[in-house]
Amino acid sequence: MKFKGKVVITLKPGVFDPQGLTIKNALHTLAYREVEEVKTGKYFEIGIESADLETAGKRLSEMCDQLLANPVIEKYHFEIEPVLC
Amino acid sequence: MKFGVVIFPGSNCDYDCYHILAEVLGQKTVMLWHENRDLQECDCIVLPGGFSYGDYLRTGAIARFSPVMESIRHHAAQGGLVIGICNGFQILVESQLLDGALLPNNVAHFICRYVHLRVENTQTPFTQLFHLGEVIRIPIAHNQGNYYAPESVLQNLRSQKQIVFRYCHPNGDVNQDSNPNGSLDAIAGIVSPGKNILGMMPHPERSSEALLGSEDGKRIFLSLIQWWEENQREKY
Repeated sequence: MKFKGKVVITLKPGVFDPQGLTIKNALHTLAYREVEEVKTGKYFEIGIESADLETAGKRLSEMCDQLLANPVIEKYHFEIEPVLC
Repeated sequence: MKFGVVIFPGSNCDYDCYHILAEVLGQKTVMLWHENRDLQECDCIVLPGGFSYGDYLRTGAIARFSPVMESIRHHAAQGGLVIGICNGFQILVESQLLDGALLPNNVAHFICRYVHLRVENTQTPFTQLFHLGEVIRIPIAHNQGNYYAPESVLQNLRSQKQIVFRYCHPNGDVNQDSNPNGSLDAIAGIVSPGKNILGMMPHPERSSEALLGSEDGKRIFLSLIQWWEENQREKY
């Protein structure tokens, strides 16, 4: 079966995000004064061929731990769903 | 003593390191292609600066999976010497051979200039020719040199004397103004618990000739060579 995982990686709380800060300042320059915080992150879509949803999810979780996220500074969450042909 | 300089796709300080080690210091030096597992019996492995794998995903994150890194991990576990400079430091933290992570500079841009560093530990193979607290001048050139580690790890680095270089003022004072990139504890370089692996953001290979404005970087390599010679004598 084919599955699609959608992974979002964000910085852990307390880890400084200079890109987010710069974007927030740019939004303020555009007069979006209501913006209080901007946090950047990464997004991945991963196509997986797997026997079942549980296995695909377990494998995707391992991929996040081993490569997609750096556990020292980042956390992740994902959604995974079957791809209906 | 034999040095091996690793070339990853995107390394760009590899031949600067070669030049200093082979031509300025007269050491036997070979280039090690990242796909080759053979370390050719090198005594010290140099991970040079640059943009390995285009900095894709995170700086140093992909280089970690190069075949040569497996051999380097083994070399380091046996107490072998490793020095990671700039992108090399980023690769070492991604490989978990050193603690922490390197975030984008807090100033949100690339910095390329000389900085002053205070030598915080002279009991390492890399720093034994310096005086404790000595201020040296070595350039940095990076976008992501902002050292980060959780507080518990920082405490451990301090208590185990693993912090070897801190960004400082010319008079040796360390404070917010002397910190170019936001590094926690003004950390510019650390060693492994066994003191055989050094990671540093500043470029000693760019400050090893008087013509380039500073020879302070050369003393790191000279320390290494002297340490190795002393250790070889003890062995035989």
